[in-house]
Amino acid sequence: MPPAAHATARARPDRTRVRRARVPAVLAGVCLVLMALNATAQHRFPPPDFEGGHTLPATTTPAPRALVLEYVDFGLLLAGLGVAAWLTLRRRSRRGVVILSLASLAYFGFYREGCLCVIGSIQNVALALADPGYVLPAFALGFFVAPLAVALFFGRAFCAGVCPHGALQDLVLVKPVKVPSWLEHALGILPFVYLGVGVLAAATGSGFIICRYDPFVPLFRLSGSFSLLVFGGAMLLLSLFVGRPYCRFLCPYGALLKMAASISRWRVRTTPDYCTQCRLCEESCPFGAMREPSSGAADPTTLVAERKRLTGLLVLTPVLIVALGWIGSRAGGPASLLHPTVALAESHLRQERAPMNYPPQSPEALMLVRARLDPAALLAQAAAVRRRFIVGGWLLGGWIGLVLGAKWISLSVRRHRTDFEPDRGACLSCARCFEFCPNERVRRGLLPPEALVLKAAHAGLPGAGAGARPAAAQAASRPVQPCPHA
Amino acid sequence: MSSPENPKPPLAAGTLAEPTMNPTPSDSTPPVSRRQFLRDGLRAAGVAGLGGVAGLGAARTGAREYYWQIDPDKCVRCGRCATECVLQQSAVKCVHAYAICGYCELCTGYFNPEPNALNTGAENQLCPTSAIRRTFIEDPYYEYTIDEQLCIGCGKCVEGCSRFGNGSLYLQVRHDRCLNCNECAIARVCAGDAFRRVPVDQPYLLRTAPPAH
Repeated sequence: MPPAAHATARARPDRTRVRRARVPAVLAGVCLVLMALNATAQHRFPPPDFEGGHTLPATTTPAPRALVLEYVDFGLLLAGLGVAAWLTLRRRSRRGVVILSLASLAYFGFYREGCLCVIGSIQNVALALADPGYVLPAFALGFFVAPLAVALFFGRAFCAGVCPHGALQDLVLVKPVKVPSWLEHALGILPFVYLGVGVLAAATGSGFIICRYDPFVPLFRLSGSFSLLVFGGAMLLLSLFVGRPYCRFLCPYGALLKMAASISRWRVRTTPDYCTQCRLCEESCPFGAMREPSSGAADPTTLVAERKRLTGLLVLTPVLIVALGWIGSRAGGPASLLHPTVALAESHLRQERAPMNYPPQSPEALMLVRARLDPAALLAQAAAVRRRFIVGGWLLGGWIGLVLGAKWISLSVRRHRTDFEPDRGACLSCARCFEFCPNERVRRGLLPPEALVLKAAHAGLPGAGAGARPAAAQAASRPVQPCPHA
Repeated sequence: MSSPENPKPPLAAGTLAEPTMNPTPSDSTPPVSRRQFLRDGLRAAGVAGLGGVAGLGAARTGAREYYWQIDPDKCVRCGRCATECVLQQSAVKCVHAYAICGYCELCTGYFNPEPNALNTGAENQLCPTSAIRRTFIEDPYYEYTIDEQLCIGCGKCVEGCSRFGNGSLYLQVRHDRCLNCNECAIARVCAGDAFRRVPVDQPYLLRTAPPAH
């Protein structure tokens, strides 16, 4: 193309002779001149006055999902919670819970595609409490509070059939494997740790890591980073055999719900009236939430040792809290690299010490340009964030110490239990055990009442009344604790 | 305590499970009621705590800033919008503020730095997906329109237009596509720190005047 053509590129009175794009060097030089010329001017190239009367198109602005729909979602969440509580505590219907799960999975999972979800709302609330500048959407607060409030009175109704994450795992569970008790207890600590880490990251403004590493939202969207899709797929595969692995061993909101549900006003009970100690419910629970009856009476031979152990743990717990808090505060400094400001300040300092040659328009180079605008302010900000992380490290370490101590103490305390019962905190209110309880089956007319009389007569020889499920009865025919009623 | 000899009549369907662990208070009442007392106290504390969090949180719910958007004045065209979005094709697209466009024949957002010819040949174009349509209006003005189906939000045209032109091409989060993630995957790594939450009634940060060059 002849250079003359460029001259006509812009027929402007003030810039008619400007020839651009001949060679990059010339272009850049001319542009520098142009920039200097236009230091005060608004347009480099004033918009034309069309002689032909051309009308300018408007820039389109497609509307986002209406905010009111978020409140509709909140209403549906409340309705779901109510239905789930009713289904598990009054209607006692596994079928109802499954239908509700399917509906939740379809709506909250695949239709709404994740955000904003109840699990993630922890971080919005944490950030709002820590940072006055953050504006918390009202429905996010509602998403956070409602399932917890319900759990304080009705148990984990949210987990039963409202949470799409739980529903997805529950519906693919085909062959549950019992997780050994020691592993169950050990992994059960993880949600509390993850909760602490997630809250710390959110409260320091480092990001919402609970959302970042959510395994199922990419599956709902069928879109996301490859590693997360693989993680989600792996969790889904695992949940074919392990009941709800995310809910039990990772979910931070589950940790909150577990605490709330363990002091709930009403609770899920397997049997509609009394327990025949047949252990069928224990076999039916894929989440290891069923607890055996125990007298709660002390065994005189081990009483002294038990007391010593409990005293030791009560002393150890504060020590553990302080020790882990101290470790947390030491780790807080390096962990503050999680915060983008600290990461930028670090890379700026590294660049000052040993310059790296990034390509000019690469993200790394552009970030360093931003850092060089006001390095002093950046470093001051980073130092402030780091101080917050050190305080947060104390709190997080102390929290982990408290969780560990509470776990050990809870394992060392005797419980009085007359019947097989789901653990208040661990029970996900899935309603499976109802289907297996012979008493419940009699109540629903699926078994003749005589079956129970037979069963009572043979307490200790289980399986007599569960003719409808011989395989399950067979599985339950291992030695049973002596029945206190017999 | 219930016993097999004297079973309680089965409860009718629809009876709420009793709150106590022990259906009939008798010999073993004391430990159970102590636990019950503790549990009631803890629950009251739980309700109070949750109410406190709700109250404190409610004090922070104000002007409703909710949707993600790019501040075009902070955008440095690092290219991460095209690659970091959770969607396969990013929710960020180039938009055109026609009112501040110079309608240049040699558009630095459209053409390579050294085009062979000022025509629509693919080898002359900056856009890797040919998402910009160039139409002749009247001599010497050309109009440039973004085909959003093709635009991947890489910002190459934005870089050209911002550096040498009026800055009428810029990136915006398109809300018909954006899933409004609780944590925006692009915002987390944005080189210019240009992402922020914008008010509900103003979900776009549109340019009506050219930026300060």
